[in-house]
Amino acid sequence: MSDQLVTVTIDGIEIQVPQGTPLIEAAKQAGVLVPHYCYHPSLPSPAVCRMCLVEVEKAPKLLPACVTTVTDGQVVHVNSDAALKARESVLEFLLINHPLDCPICDQSGECELQDYVFQEGRASTRYADYAKRFNPVEDFGPDVLYIPNRCILCTRCVRFMESVAEEPVLNVSERGDRAYIGIFPDATLDHEWAGNVVDLCPVGSLVSKDFLHKARAWDLDRTAGICPGCSQGCNMTIDTRDNVVVRLRPRPNMDVNRHFMCETGRQHYRWMNRGDRVEAPLIRTGDKLQAVDWDSALDRVADTLRGADGKAVILASADASTESLGMAHRLLDGFDLVAAVRVPTGPEAPLPGIANLALREERAANVSGARLAGYTGAWDDALSQARSAQVVVVVDEELSPEAFVEIRTAGTVIVLGTVDHEAYQSADVVLPITTMAEEHGTYINRDNRAQVYRQAKAPPGMARPAWWVAGEAAGRLADERTIPETANDAMVMLGESIPALSGLTHQAMGFIGRPVVPAEASGVGS
Amino acid sequence: MSTTGASAPETGYEPVFTGETKAALEALFERYPTKQACMLPALWMVQKVRGWISESAMAEVAEVIGVTPAYVKGVVTFYTMYHTHPVGRNVIQVCTTSPCGLCGAEDVMRTILQETGCEELGRTSEDGRFTVQEVECLGACGFPTPILINDDFIESVTPERVAGLLEGYE
Amino acid sequence: MGYPHPSHEKETVVLSQYFGDEGGRSYQGWVERGGYRALEAALAMKPDEVTDVIKASGLRGRGGAGFPTGLKWSFMPKDSGKDHYLVCNADESEPGTFKDREIMRWTPHALIEGCAIGAYAIGAECCYIYIRGEFTEPLAIMAQAVADAYDNGVLGEKLMGTGPRLDIVIHRGAGAYICGEETGLMNSLEGRRGNPRIKPPFPAQAGLFGLPTTVNNVETLAAVPHIITRGAAWYKDICRGNEKSTGTKLYSVCGHVQKPGNYELAMGTSLEELIFDMAGGMRPGRTFKAVIPGGSSVPIMDADDIKGCLLDYEGVVERGSMLGSGGVIVMDDSADMVYQIYRLTRFYAHESCAQCTQCREGTAWTVKILERILSGEGKESDLNLLLDLAENMTGKTICVLSDSCAAPVVSGIAKFRSEFDAYLSGARPPALAAH
Repeated sequence: MSDQLVTVTIDGIEIQVPQGTPLIEAAKQAGVLVPHYCYHPSLPSPAVCRMCLVEVEKAPKLLPACVTTVTDGQVVHVNSDAALKARESVLEFLLINHPLDCPICDQSGECELQDYVFQEGRASTRYADYAKRFNPVEDFGPDVLYIPNRCILCTRCVRFMESVAEEPVLNVSERGDRAYIGIFPDATLDHEWAGNVVDLCPVGSLVSKDFLHKARAWDLDRTAGICPGCSQGCNMTIDTRDNVVVRLRPRPNMDVNRHFMCETGRQHYRWMNRGDRVEAPLIRTGDKLQAVDWDSALDRVADTLRGADGKAVILASADASTESLGMAHRLLDGFDLVAAVRVPTGPEAPLPGIANLALREERAANVSGARLAGYTGAWDDALSQARSAQVVVVVDEELSPEAFVEIRTAGTVIVLGTVDHEAYQSADVVLPITTMAEEHGTYINRDNRAQVYRQAKAPPGMARPAWWVAGEAAGRLADERTIPETANDAMVMLGESIPALSGLTHQAMGFIGRPVVPAEASGVGS
Repeated sequence: MSTTGASAPETGYEPVFTGETKAALEALFERYPTKQACMLPALWMVQKVRGWISESAMAEVAEVIGVTPAYVKGVVTFYTMYHTHPVGRNVIQVCTTSPCGLCGAEDVMRTILQETGCEELGRTSEDGRFTVQEVECLGACGFPTPILINDDFIESVTPERVAGLLEGYE
Repeated sequence: MGYPHPSHEKETVVLSQYFGDEGGRSYQGWVERGGYRALEAALAMKPDEVTDVIKASGLRGRGGAGFPTGLKWSFMPKDSGKDHYLVCNADESEPGTFKDREIMRWTPHALIEGCAIGAYAIGAECCYIYIRGEFTEPLAIMAQAVADAYDNGVLGEKLMGTGPRLDIVIHRGAGAYICGEETGLMNSLEGRRGNPRIKPPFPAQAGLFGLPTTVNNVETLAAVPHIITRGAAWYKDICRGNEKSTGTKLYSVCGHVQKPGNYELAMGTSLEELIFDMAGGMRPGRTFKAVIPGGSSVPIMDADDIKGCLLDYEGVVERGSMLGSGGVIVMDDSADMVYQIYRLTRFYAHESCAQCTQCREGTAWTVKILERILSGEGKESDLNLLLDLAENMTGKTICVLSDSCAAPVVSGIAKFRSEFDAYLSGARPPALAAH
């Protein structure tokens, strides 16, 4: 694509797009959807489904919008009679061998075949008297089933494995109407990124075993999230049904993960549904923790901190939001403070066909955000300093019972936690906080891109975001302090003292995030 | 080839590409800018040695050509002349496409099915001697009905000639 | 000479001169018959001059599309710094066509010479001859001839000992009609499924192995040496008034004629003469019913259509069909047109590569409807359905296989509707068992 702009008219709408833009993308910019199956912006285009045929003035035949590039002065009719008839005929051809099993198909409600047929309004078939093609269901891999009867042979899955995953274990076998998607007998779709074929499949032919028959698409609530699985920061959608997370899927972000997400990320949601949560603030009364209201709990925290000075230690999870980490840090900024996050690691698993996309070694979402908020990765050091600290605050980090025993020698132990652990019984204060699925917040990925994730489900009991807890407690320590009411307020407050975050708001980050100046580059150490 | 890889060979599979066959394939690599271009020739070599192309053989071809076994299978199943199942000692292909069909090819085919004892297309006779296949246009429409017995191209076959023709093939 | 019968006096014998003459197969035999002089003459010219001669001769692609050969050669980039390829399309699979087979069987060196001249003209140092897998005899003969050409210093390091390098490699197909489509052929040669490719890019820009490539049919290349030897003007004059279609063309006549075989005719010769005169007409007691003049992919002509029809690219189009590959399939009054059309569509359904929706599903559906009609269970609405499907299958796909399946359906219903109606009404007993 070049910088030179050309002018094209698509269904009467004149737009300017860079030379070399495929018609289908130009149409998108003009607000005209060209129906398609085989085309996918992150895959090579084979132009085989023939669904995107459009009429281009002066061209002798209808042209596939996916591989036809714009030329200056082109006049395109996406919805002319000829184009519509061609499209309807493709739908008819695709339907003749497609089972009428929408009522039991997982794709139903988010199926591109169903959508376009519904849009067209076809009432009956001209193929009523013949048997449909039948092939048995095949187990393609750990989380992929192939239901060939529903397959429309768009070959997105084959092309993904071949050109993007660069592990061509799928093929088109046989030819003509006998063709189907094949896998070699001993091969399996166990590539770390193989799960994407399920999303890429425009119909219900490749389905996730994990999601199988779990929910109907129209019963799902969808929320824009950021994958907490590693420091890549893949944009994702959290699908919930009745406040239960049932599926994580990639959300397109051309600068981060394009249209993809790894298997580890996809499967990393069960913890979001845990029921064994801390549901009310607990404060120590005698030798027992007692449930109290937030006022009492926050007063207790303020009272404890007001009298203390000396060393404080924060032991935090690198999956906590920048807002929470930052506000916790502020709460204790009168102390001689050591703040650290724990970053679990695992093997890196790149997606070869996409530059700078991998399941990262750092298996936490907010390592960069933590660094900007003043945290180090020197976990063991922080843990050993905690033993002699006046105050230890644990933020969303599941310390082992042994570690908990070690830090118990500190003056006061305040836990901001999600899951209710036996070990917390020895804490002085336990405050219920939300998980990333239950709050708005910001993660900053390994490339210093700040990205907002949104609340996907209601928190249990009295749980509140950690930034709120820290902000409220800080407010009680010094009456004149502003208390953040939203995660965005918290971010704005942090921006006042952390130059890299200056001016950053949730609105500014939008749905695709925004790069922040790294602390090193701005010359501000932490 | 690896025995621990994703495409472990069937028990007792003996590689095709050893000795002379291997040398022949390597000589052929020189004639093309990519190894993959030798896919069809390599598959022909397998079929010549083994009579058909098993999945283990596909895996072997994948290894020597440098692609995945799945890729090879996609290619093999595209071309009708590669046998993906064992066949009889002699494979007969009968053209029944329109021009030959007009000139009685279907009678020739029926006679061949009968004389070989195969009875049905694609089935191997009980003695393992013949497999009969219908083939689309052998490109000898002026000589109806052409048939291909193994590599022998025979023109102008009539039902009367069938029995005699089969005699030479044990 | 002539094969399987001596050349008819009305033929214009150029390419087929040595058909049936086994002596012409060997290198020595071919040289004795004037072989390789054209190549020598071409090597004395500049490559562009060779292309210009072919352009001036009016030679057009004999594989079916009829694209001007010299023009095609001139599309190859100059000084691209890349390897160029010449590919000879010997995947002759169009039902009704068997001319390339005879060229390879009888005059293998004519093809090698044509390939060598073509390769020289387009700057290719490598030429692949892609021969369909079923052609066991032509494969063996061509392989022997290529080996002889190397042994005698024609091919290899220096063409004819003086020219640039040229290697010729025989590549065997494995059973796929669609590999006769030039981009499908290139994919097949690269070791892939023979799926046709989207154009652009055209082969001259990015063809075989992504490099500039010209694909020419066997008959086209075999004509080249004659043009070089005898001159463009001579070739251009072989026509009957239409300067757009020049030279000779091989017609493979088959089906219901008394003398099936290949006939080489000057462009513009009458179709009726070919069928009734040279090919001996119908069998005794039979009358002509229909002909598919250009291989199975072109519209069917009936007795009215062929009256006065001249065989050249424009002449056949004027009569509603196409010259195609020159495969002339003749049917007499015993032919059941519904069955014949069904059989043709079955061919295309079998050969569809499966890429494009209309072709993959449409060819198979068309077969099912025709099967139903032939089994006596057809519905009145079936004919309109067939025609509508045919329209939806025409001009919508990457290659024209889908169009080729639709063409005989449309022309068949238009011209022989009464035969369809006879099945639909029950007037004609079912030709296929009900299923």
